[in-house]
Order: sequence, then C-alpha cells, then structure tokens
Amino acid sequence: MKQRFLNDTNLLLVFSAAILLMPIWLSPLGAAYPDLLQKFAIYGIFAIGFNILFGLTGYLSFGHAAFLGVGSYAAVWSFKLFTMNVVPAVFFGVIFAGLLAFLIGYISLRRSGIYFSILTLAFAQMSYNLAYSVLTPITNGETGLQLTINDPRWIDSMYITVEEGLPSTNLFGLKMSGYPGFYFCAILLIVCFFISLRIFRSPFGLMLRGIKSNQNRMNYTGLNTKPYMLSAFVISGMFAGLAGSLLAVTDPLAGAERMQWTASGEVVLMTILGGVGTLIGPMLGAGLIKYFENIFSSFNKNLLHEVFSFLPDGVEDVVVQVVSLFVGGGWHLTLGLLFMIVVIFLPGGIVEGFQKFGGVFGYGKNKNSDSSPQNQAAE
Amino acid sequence: MEKTKTPILLHKTKQLSEGRHMENLVLHLDNIQKSFGGLRALADVNLHVEEGKTHAIIGPNGAGKSTLLNVCVGRLKPDSGKVTFDGEELTGKKPHEIAQIGVARVFQTPEIFPELSLLDNVMLPALSKRDGSFRFNPHLAMRNQNEIRDEAEHILGDVGLKEQMGMVAGSLSRGDKRRLELSMCLILHPRLLLLDEPTAGMARHDTNATIDLLKKIKERGMTKIIIEHDMHVVFSLADKVSVLARGKIIASGLPEEVREDPLVKEAYLGTAQE
Repeated sequence: MKQRFLNDTNLLLVFSAAILLMPIWLSPLGAAYPDLLQKFAIYGIFAIGFNILFGLTGYLSFGHAAFLGVGSYAAVWSFKLFTMNVVPAVFFGVIFAGLLAFLIGYISLRRSGIYFSILTLAFAQMSYNLAYSVLTPITNGETGLQLTINDPRWIDSMYITVEEGLPSTNLFGLKMSGYPGFYFCAILLIVCFFISLRIFRSPFGLMLRGIKSNQNRMNYTGLNTKPYMLSAFVISGMFAGLAGSLLAVTDPLAGAERMQWTASGEVVLMTILGGVGTLIGPMLGAGLIKYFENIFSSFNKNLLHEVFSFLPDGVEDVVVQVVSLFVGGGWHLTLGLLFMIVVIFLPGGIVEGFQKFGGVFGYGKNKNSDSSPQNQAAE
Repeated sequence: MEKTKTPILLHKTKQLSEGRHMENLVLHLDNIQKSFGGLRALADVNLHVEEGKTHAIIGPNGAGKSTLLNVCVGRLKPDSGKVTFDGEELTGKKPHEIAQIGVARVFQTPEIFPELSLLDNVMLPALSKRDGSFRFNPHLAMRNQNEIRDEAEHILGDVGLKEQMGMVAGSLSRGDKRRLELSMCLILHPRLLLLDEPTAGMARHDTNATIDLLKKIKERGMTKIIIEHDMHVVFSLADKVSVLARGKIIASGLPEEVREDPLVKEAYLGTAQE
C-alpha cells in the first residue's frame, strides 16, 4: 500500500512538473506558444474525462462533443450575462454539461455495446443540429455565440467601470489570454488528473472495472450497476464541460461545430492513441493529436525544401513531393498511419509502447505490472 | 447484516445448535412453472429446503435444473408460482436485490472478472455487497478497504489460491476458476449458496479437493443447493436429495432412500417403451 501510494504521489508530481514546464521543454519542438499549450491542457482534460468512462467501464461514447459544446455555450452566456470573471463561467460549464450528461446517460445506458455508442452519437448529433438551427436564440446558430458590447454583464456593470471595446476574460483581474490562460488551464488539468487518479484507485474505480470485465457477475454479487455507470458517465461529461468552458475562457466564443461528431471521434482517437484505461495515456494522445493538427499542418513545401536541402537536387524534389503528402493539409494521413500502427502493434497505446521500450532496458516496470501488463492502470 | 470477524471456514455451526432444525424450512419454491415457447422447462415444482442443510438436485440432462436456479436468483421470472427465502419473496426481484438478501450463486461456467487480479476478484463482491444500491462517498468508501483486503486474502488462503493472488484471473485453470468463484461467493457471507455443477469438467483429484472445500463450508451452517451429475459428489455432500425429471420433482428424501427409488431409476435409465 505504502509503496503504491508513493508511486502515485510521484506520478502526480512528475505529471504536474511536465505540464507546468511545457513552455520550456516544448520550445525545441516549436510548440511552446500559449495558444497551442492551452489546447494541450484543454483537450487533455477532455480526454482524461473521456477515459474515466471508456477506460474504466468500456462503454464507448460517441457523443462527448455535446458536453464540450454545452460547456462552451454555458461559459459564454456567463460572460454575457454576469461577469467576465472565468470562475462562474467554468462553474456553469461544468454544471450544465453534467445535467445534459445525466439526461443523455440515463437514456443511453439502457443499452450497452454498439447500441450505447449509437445512442450517444444520435444525441450528440441532435444537440448539434438543435444548436445549429432550432435553438438559434440561445446559440446564435451558424454564426456562433459571441460577446458584444451591448451584453448586460450585470455583475461587472455593478462593480467595474465600463471600458471601451470588448472586455476580456479574466480571473479576478488577471487576463486569461496567453500564458496566464495556459497556467489556469494547466492547474485545472492537474486537478483533473488528480481526481482521475483517485477514481482509478478507489473502490468506485474497481467496481467500474468489474462492470467492464463482467457486468453479470457484478449484478449477482449485489451491485446495482446502473447508478454507478451513470455517475461515471456524468463525471466524464462534466470533465468535457470543463474543457468546453475553458475553450470559451481562452477564446470567448462558442459555435455549434464544437458539438459535431468529428469532435466526439477526436477524443476517442486521443484516448486510444495514448492508451485506453491508462492514467497518462489520454493526455499523451491529446497532446500528440493537437501537435499534429497545429504543427504538422503548417509545414509547407518551402520548409521541406529547406529541411532536405542537403540531398542532391533531383532526389530532393522527389523526397519533398512524397513527404509533402504527409504534412500540411495531409497531416490527417500521417495521423491515420500512426493510428493504424498503434492499434495493430500496440493495442495498449503509446503507454504500452513506453512500457515495452522500458522493458527492453530492464526498468520502468513495477512488480504489479509484471503479472498483468495489459491492465495496470499506472504508467 | 453485521457479520462476525471469525475466520470464515472455521465458523462453527452456531446457527444450527438451536435444536429445532428439523422443521426450520428457509427456502420455499411453490408451484413454479416456466415455459420457453412450447417447451415446458418447469412443470410444477415444489421444493422446500431446510436451513443449514445441503440439498442436492439431481436429474437427467434437460430436466430443468439450471432453469430452477435461474428462477431463484432472478435471472428468469417464473410464469407462475413464487420463491420465498426466509420470509421474503424473491420472485420479481432483480438479481442484485436477491444477492443483497443473501443469495449467492456459483455458475456452471465460472463467472469471474478475467482481466482483474485474483485479489480484486474477491474484493469486488465484498465492495458490491457493501455499496450495493448506490453509495458515492469517497471518504467512507476508502475507510474499511484494508479490512476487506485482509478478508479477501484470508478467503483466498482458505481455497488455496493465496500464492496466485496477484495473477490475472483469466489465466487460471478451470478448476481454479471455480474455486475463485466460490471464494467470491463466500466473501458475501451468503445465507443461501446455489452451486451449479461445481465439479463439472474437473479431474478426479480436483473434484475431491472441491468436495473437501465444500465440506468445510458445510460446517458454517449455510444453506446450500447443489446441482450435480457426479453421484460421488452428491453422496459425499448432500443431506437431502431431490430428483428433477421433465420439469417435476419426482422424488425427494435422504440420499439412500432416493438411490433406491424405482421412479428415479426409471428417470435415469429410461423404461422399456422409450
């Protein structure tokens, strides 16, 4: 027990250090600018939350983008109606996502397997279409919900003198753009990671894993699995809502496209790429996908010519032609290949890759994972 | 619901020492009928089981033995009739509610958590029994986890699986899986234990080990229903035997009586017309 507790503490410390120092160690990779770092942290929260549902219970939700979207809308409305302070925005984002998750989860969890996935997908697409058309008074349809100068901001208008132009989001005066924004997201990410760690180690987490392994047996030992599943679903929806509200905190607008199925699919990819059911896997997957999306997609032919300029001219042209298929607009191709490689050779995701890599050098594995490498929730 | 901390298998038969155990019927199955489409699996079953006794149900294949157990644990709802255990009606209740009342079941094919460690396998039922309907208080939930862990280790020791407790359950042999499932039921401290062919497919020495294990449990005064084909097992364990054939109980009594019953011989061996 003591040993494991120390390991968890160390894991948390290492994780926190890695996240907080991202501006430093990511700069050689060209990713150390606040906009992208914020995305790493936000989608990390999204994926960690998704993993609580998918990794522990094995229920694959294809509709988590709905909660992301609701979190964003709730946060922007909080900016519009109450205050530009981010605390209420985050609070409302989490609460509304939780309520929607309760509703969708209550109905979808009546089925399992592919039917559950389809139900959640249907609900998310329904939310998307509602946000896009019917609910235009609330969501502002295809334009997206934005701040305007005429917003009431009741609380702010009582205490703060109105400035010229659009106010920016702030945490008690500290502007939430750039690095302060990143650190706000990063701290919430660390809190979320800690919560997820506690859930993984708790009896609740063990029960969820029992449900994944053999739901029938859980029933016959006296557990009513429904409320446990539902609370896992709601928790994971609230994580998504938090991520959504943070998207609005760092950039105060919300559009329906955030709810589209591609966004739901993206978080599934992140989780599988990093390692389903592992603690840090989803974070790795989220970082990797966002890195690809932002860095790989910005490579163009000129840059490639520079990189490969050491090659003879004829060869250089051919190489650049081939490589350019995989970067720039074609970054999805690279991601797809990577995804295939991971799923075929490393079903446990990148985390499993690290474990194997560590195993080659004879360290990195603890005693527990020797007997059950597939299932250890730890690194 | 509070249970003593006595080591589980050494718990002597305190409940039985009241002296009135002859008429202490605890499980009643009254006029149970169940059909699947046109097939009448249970025609009209009446069965009464005494508290603290081991009641064996034997019968040819397809006689409805497993259906009977499924009716008891709430997996199937009977078409008519009712099941009562210790004054509480079980018919119409959900499996987890029946389990909370104190009915545990060992399945014909072991129902375990193949991806989890043996220790987790045994701890989980204890946790589900404790937090059955729903409890979400992290502080409370963590509090007596060590106690549960100790008890799980103890029970694994009793069934002889303690050395392997870090292993993944899916990698066990079939006989060990059954013993694991049995320990998962024992940690629930059930008042009624249903065993569906606990030795099917086992080698002789595994069968004997299981018999010894079940005999040890017998000393605890838990009521048991055991379905079995192996007569050696039946006669080593059962206090009473009922014979089920074509959805009906055709004989019931002490093992020796049942063995000599002509109806039973007919059901097992068939008659000339067949």
